Amino acid sequence: MNRHSILRVVSKIFIPFIMLFALYVQFHGDFGPGGGFQAGVIFAAAFVLYALIYGVEKARKVLPATATRIMLIVGVLLFAGTGFVGIFLGGNYLDYSALASTVTGGQHLGIFIVELGVGITVAATMVTVFFVFSGQDF
Amino acid sequence: MGVVAFAIIRVRDLFAAVMLSGIFSLLAAVLYVDLGAVDVAFTEAAVGVGIATLLFVAAISLTTGKEKAPKKSRAMPLFVVIVTGMILLWGTLDMPHYGDPNAPANKHVVPRYLEQSGKEIGLPNVVTSVLASYRGYDTLGETFVIFTAGLDALVLLGRGRNRWRPGMRSNPKDEEREEEV
Amino acid sequence: METVLGLFNFWAVVVLMMAGFYIVIAHENLIKKVVGLNVFQVAVFVFFISMSKVDGGTAPILGEQFSVYGNPLPHVLILTAIVVGIATTALGLAMIVRIRDSFDTIEDDELFALEEADG
Repeated sequence: MNRHSILRVVSKIFIPFIMLFALYVQFHGDFGPGGGFQAGVIFAAAFVLYALIYGVEKARKVLPATATRIMLIVGVLLFAGTGFVGIFLGGNYLDYSALASTVTGGQHLGIFIVELGVGITVAATMVTVFFVFSGQDF
Repeated sequence: MGVVAFAIIRVRDLFAAVMLSGIFSLLAAVLYVDLGAVDVAFTEAAVGVGIATLLFVAAISLTTGKEKAPKKSRAMPLFVVIVTGMILLWGTLDMPHYGDPNAPANKHVVPRYLEQSGKEIGLPNVVTSVLASYRGYDTLGETFVIFTAGLDALVLLGRGRNRWRPGMRSNPKDEEREEEV
Repeated sequence: METVLGLFNFWAVVVLMMAGFYIVIAHENLIKKVVGLNVFQVAVFVFFISMSKVDGGTAPILGEQFSVYGNPLPHVLILTAIVVGIATTALGLAMIVRIRDSFDTIEDDELFALEEADG
């Protein structure tokens, strides 16, 4: 797709905004519609758009295979680990109330971290699956 | 939506079928907004319309774009579908009416979520509170499902540097490999 | 008349569901089958979401000016179901691509014929 200059220019302008929107959805999900799942998918969509316009090899240079593998694991561990931190601080598994001094503060922090874990996992999975399907996953 | 669903049945070009299924998802997302499920509509629009269509197109480009003409009669499947549909329709007669605030689904644990989550969790979006806190185990398991699906896709289709894929006909290297083995 | 209006959403869901079911059992092409599964899945989602609707209720995001909300529990279930759905779709498509690599066909009846021939 190297000849489509309109697509290249427009996508170059748009990709940062797509990522910014993904982050907004991720961190504003507590107050409005949105959350980890949606943010992860939108974030992955930014990389997929880049790969479609500029070619999969270039996209793989931006986001190497090891990076997505590590993201995949970090996301799941962040979620499961938050549960264990709750145990060590004297609560039940996945009980966020123990994470901070106040109950709502702890819940807020717990939900924030857990949603972040979900978002990272979803984004990494979607990017991995896309690259695998385009046959460029080395 | 019904029209689109029947168009998917009729059309034999797989690319068109996939595009129609994207339109189907988009219509569903619009319907969710109308029913007040903004979070779900958001997810459906991002996942069902964007990523699913993309994956289908990628799969078609790796396989084939045309469905072959049917060889055997389709009377039997049609009969099964009609009978199942009749049974389901009969079953709906006992269901609570649309929008009924006293339906069992709206009574059990839900009022507590709506009344208490504001104080207990302190977040205005009840869907997020229930998703991440009250039903945290569900979401944890679900994250693992996604993780596993990603791993499975890698196992099935990933092309590692020294990966020998048995039975792969499009790769000429296989012949040499088999001799080595 | 009230029954017809009150149950209309379920009947619409049944029609969509059966359309998806028909695609799954009547078509031989595996990709078409996955599309059919998606249609079926969306019908189930619509079923759950339409149950969560309460007359006069708004989206379940707490605010001082609202008192009636839709039921948030089906929303949560369907939210996770959509993402699990995309995961299974991705897995199914990966398997189909792999089948095509090995057998050069993605038509169900031809796969059966190949299997019979192999004994």
